Parts: sequence; structure tokens; C-alpha cells
Amino acid sequence: MMSNSMEFHLSLYRKMVMIRQFEERVKYLFLEGIMPGTIHQYQGQEAIAVGVCEHLADEDVITSTHRPHGHAIAKGLSVESMMHELFGKSTGCCAGKGGSMHIGDMAHGMAPAIAIVGGGAPIATGMALAFTMRKQPQVAVAFMGDGAVNEGAVHEAMNMGAIWSLPIVYVVENNRYSASTPIAQTTKVANLADRAAAYGMPGVTVDGNDVLAVYEAAGEAIHRARTGGGPTMLEALTYRITGHSRRDPCLYQPEEERKAALTQEPIVRFTEFLLSQGHTQQALDGVRDEVNAEIERAVQSAMAAPDPAPEEALVGLFV
Amino acid sequence: MAQMTIAEALRQGLREEMTRDARVYCIGEDIGIPGGWGGAFTVTLGLEKEFRERIIDTPISEAGLFGVALGSAIMGMRPVADVQYSDFIFCAMDQVVNQIATMRYMSGCKLTVPITMRAPVGATGRGAQHAHNIESMFLGIPGIKIVCPATAYDAKGLLKAAIRDDNPVLMIEHKLLYGSKGARTESGAVDASSDIPDEDYTVPIGKGIIRREGRDVTLIGTLLMMHRAVQAAEVLASEGISAEVIDPRSLSPFDWPLVEASVRKTGCAVVVEEGPRTGGVGAEIAASLTERCADALLSPVARVAAPDIPVPFSPPMENFYIPDVARIAAAARSVIVRQRMSVSA
Ligand SMILES: Cc1ncc(C[n+]2csc(CCOP(=O)(O)OP(=O)(O)O)c2C)c(N)n1
Ligand SMILES: [Mg+2]
Repeated sequence: MMSNSMEFHLSLYRKMVMIRQFEERVKYLFLEGIMPGTIHQYQGQEAIAVGVCEHLADEDVITSTHRPHGHAIAKGLSVESMMHELFGKSTGCCAGKGGSMHIGDMAHGMAPAIAIVGGGAPIATGMALAFTMRKQPQVAVAFMGDGAVNEGAVHEAMNMGAIWSLPIVYVVENNRYSASTPIAQTTKVANLADRAAAYGMPGVTVDGNDVLAVYEAAGEAIHRARTGGGPTMLEALTYRITGHSRRDPCLYQPEEERKAALTQEPIVRFTEFLLSQGHTQQALDGVRDEVNAEIERAVQSAMAAPDPAPEEALVGLFV
Repeated sequence: MAQMTIAEALRQGLREEMTRDARVYCIGEDIGIPGGWGGAFTVTLGLEKEFRERIIDTPISEAGLFGVALGSAIMGMRPVADVQYSDFIFCAMDQVVNQIATMRYMSGCKLTVPITMRAPVGATGRGAQHAHNIESMFLGIPGIKIVCPATAYDAKGLLKAAIRDDNPVLMIEHKLLYGSKGARTESGAVDASSDIPDEDYTVPIGKGIIRREGRDVTLIGTLLMMHRAVQAAEVLASEGISAEVIDPRSLSPFDWPLVEASVRKTGCAVVVEEGPRTGGVGAEIAASLTERCADALLSPVARVAAPDIPVPFSPPMENFYIPDVARIAAAARSVIVRQRMSVSA
């Protein structure tokens, strides 16, 4: 990729802003009681999904989590098909059957998101095994949170990925909390990537709020996976600047910490970088306006789409 | 006497049991984080202030936490293990099914396994992996008692009975019945609050209760479905049909004397459950009723349950999935028609 061109930077910015604005719009719709269901949002972690997925084609696959909207947008799902899904319409990417926590579309290489913490890691490992068995050049990426690494399933998956030298990257988004529980209470190692040594795979910790740093580190890991070098555990340090889920007031996050995090969040930081590189605020505002317009069109089209007939529930089993 | 929601009654029950017995402790994810939520549904909210050492927050490691609960239990502790959503207990199935359920029996009853496992069920707009009704899956596992409180009074009383029991008890709780407040309010919640006596009490495990007396048909349901069955009985009453509603409260052991007596009186029964029909709780109850009172049944036992599909997200589809009052009432009418036909034949 033309990884230093202004155009490339602007395209990363556009994707990050698309995720942010999508999430902000969804939050509003949800809090206003217009959107059904529950939501876990991605504000503050945009650089990770974007920096990683930039290296992936539709044929490469990811598994995601209960917090999947950012991964979905970065992997190329249309905000329209996602919005329809969040509104429970049959025109959504999962025909209204999945909802927020199960967003996905294999046409873009994203399995339905997995709401069971850690559940995605073995599945992504199996996807990578399929690539190896069929001698296909694709890679799999398992996205997970810092909390997920304490699930047995993740341990088992990483070990298998390592012993079979599979084309997979385990991306751990360390936002320092699993739900309300701070990381200091759930793990003793300084960096989660230290655990990679136990499986015999490279472990890398990167600044997850720096999209270019993520892009670079993910590039190496994905290249290694694609060229037969086996898996990598890539830990991206970040912070969740929104609630764990829907109306969470985050009282367990110390005020100071939250405030500091807001100055370090990835879009603020990338904006500063872009301005220093000669991009104009006007151009960035223009991107934001375009993105907002696209999201608004998605919202309008999703709200206008008819509700599914209740009996559609019966369609889709053993077809 | 004070009016309490299920969440409040459980919290008070935990506080009293931990005060009464130093061996009782709670273990789970996000149950005692200062500034947190007191578990997914506020049940343990604030208890960490009173019992810092006995509210144990774990990493997200269900297999580990249930195994730890078991190990401590056979050493004399009395853990109350919490899974935020019952769906996550599947991550701990080896510990629960192979270990917890068998340990007491396998030891020739030399061990006691006083574990209470709290598991919230029900479809609530969260999609297929936060919606399972796990009751039926555990009904076929001997060695685990199963209780299903539908009111705050029963929730507290059954919790205390479970904690004091030397066997593992799976306590099924319904997300829409907790009465959780503030940021944890559930849309579509049903009022299950009760007057809670000031004095200590338990509700015996294995004893059901008649929620509404009737002559023509017996409706059997737990948790949310108990509330819907009572509503259905009201609809039926307006049509001149007198329905008896039984809340078994425990699924294992099951209060056969109570249910059998009712069915012998009415001659027909409808079993209601929120989960899928095949292999459901209703299947077991219907089959057993046929064995126990074939002579008294004037029509086949009817089942009202969800269709055999994963829980769909979309609200219209999810509403279609969960049995409603209309379906319960319709099933009652159908068994009564058959009953009357068989009486007149
Ligand atoms: C097996 C399992 N246990 C518990 C939960 C409840 N839960 C949902 S998200 C979450 C925290 C996850 O933390 P982390 O992996 O760090 O991801 P983050 O939410 O920070 O993105 C928990 C405990 C779950 N969904 N699945
Ligand atoms: Mg986290």
C-alpha cells in the first residue's frame, strides 16, 4: 500500500470516522428508545479495527465479539445492511435474526459476531485450519478483548494455532476493562502479549490508539501468517471511552483516567497528525459530513423498511 | 414486612445468609466492583462493601470459577456462583455436569457439595446467545436440584434453602422478573415483587404452589410463564372457564403430589414453558402426567412452548417465539373442548 500518501491517510481517517459516527448515531437512537435490543460500542478503539482490517481482503476472515460494529465497518460491511440489522429488519445483514451482537456477513469475510466471550478464538483458528488444509493463501484474524484471554477456549485455540503454525492473528484489544472489572484484577502479567511466549508464538504490544502503528504491526503479523510463519498475538492498548453496554454510566472508571483517555483517543490523535501533515480541517470536516450523510441515509432506509412478519422466525432452520 | 423486587429480595437473602454463616460467599464476574453494577442484574449491588472478602470477582473464566466453587464447597465453604447470563454456564459444562452433579453421589455421600448456581434466563432482545432457557437441559442431569422462582418471596426463600442445602442447586432466575432498576432496568419487565417478612424463612425445594384455584383445567408454568398463565386464567375466567394455575417453583425434585392432585381434579392440563418444545420441560411433565394419571386425564396434556429454533433477535420474531397469553388460553380451550367431548361421549 501507499502507506505514506495523503490519500491513504485520509481513507483510514474516513473509516475511523465512519465507525465513530455510526456508533454515536446508534447510541442516540438507542437511548431515545427508537432502536431495539442492546448495544456494546466501539468508540475509542477505531484505530485497531481499521489498522488491522486494512490488510485484509473480503476473502480473508475475521471473528468478532459482543462489540462488533467497528470490526464490521472496517471489514467492509455496508452501514446500511448493519443499520437494517440493528433495527431487526429482514433486509439486515443477518435477516434480522442476529442483531447487534451477531452482526456479520461472510460475503465480506466476517462470521456472525460471537457474543460468548472468547468463543471466537477457536472458530477463527478453525477457519485458518481450513485455509491451510485447502492450501489457500488467506488469513484469519480473531478479535477479542483483554477479558477474553482468561477464557480456557482462547488458551486452547492459541495453542492449536501455534502448534499447527496456522495463518492467523489473535488481536487482543486491551481497553483495560472487562465489563466493569479493571485489568489489574484479572491478570498478573504486565503485557497480555507476554502470554504468547507460553504458546511459542510472537507476542507484540502496540499503541492501539495510533492507527499507523497498528497498521504497521498488523501488517507484519498478517504477512507472517500469509507466508507460512504461523500465528501472532497482537495486543493493542486502548481505552473504552463509552459504556460497556447501553446505559452504563462507567462509575468504575476513575474520573482522571477517563479524562486523560479522551485526550488520547485515536481520532483526536490522528486528526492532529493529519493536520500536521498538511491536511486541512476543512477537508476533514468534509469527510465527516459525507460520512454523516451516508449514515443518515442508512438510518432512514432502515426505519422505512417494513418489519419482518413474525413467522419469518421459522425460516432458516435446516434449510 | 417490606415490598421488594426479586433483585432486592435476593440481595437481602445473600446478606442474611452471609451474616448467618461465614462459610457462605459469592463468586462471579462483575459482582462486586466498586462503581459497578452488582452483577448483570444488580443482585449483589453494594454487598462488597459489607463482605469485601466474600464477594469474589473472577476473570471471565466460567469453567474455572465453577470448578473453584466446587473445590471450595467440598472443603466446607458454601459458594453462590453467578453466571451473568445462563448462556455462559455452557462454558463450564464439564465442571457443572461431570463434576458438580456427580461428586456427592460418586463419593458414596461422603462429600457434601453445597453450591448454589444462579443463572438468569429468558429472551430479552439480546439475540440468540443471551436468551437460552436452560432449565430443560439440566432437568435430565441427576444430581442437580433446580429451582425457578417467579416471585420475590419465593426467590428469597428458595435462595436460602439452596444455600443451606448440601447438594448443588441451580437457581434459574428470569431477567424480566428481577425488577432491576436504574441503568439496569429491563424493557418489558414484569412486576414480580412481594411482601417480604421481617423474620427468617425458607421456601422448601421441591414444593410447588397453587397460584390460582380452578376446576376446569390445570395450567403449569414457572418464571415468566407463570405470570402469563395467571393472565391467561383471567382471560379464560371471562369466558366462564375456571383455570387452576400451578407454579411448581422447583423442577427437580418436582412436586408431583400437588400437580397430580390438581390434574385429577380438572382432568386436563397445559404445560407452559418459554424454551423450545422438543425435549422441553413440558415434554417431561406431560409424559410423567400420562404415566401417573392416565386414568384421570380426559384429554391429552397440551404443551405451549417456543418453536424449535434459536432465539431470533428482531422484536416481531422474538415476540412470536415467546409463548404469550393468547397461545396459553387457546391451548387451554382446546384441551377443554376435548375434555368435554370425552365426558359427553
Ligand atoms: C462466556 C462469557 N462470559 C461472560 C460474558 C459477559 N460479558 C460480555 S462482555 C464482557 C466483558 C468482556 O471484556 P473484554 O473481553 O475485555 O471485551 P470488551 O468488552 O472490553 O470489549 C463480559 C463479562 C459473555 N458474554 N460471555
Ligand atoms: Mg476489555
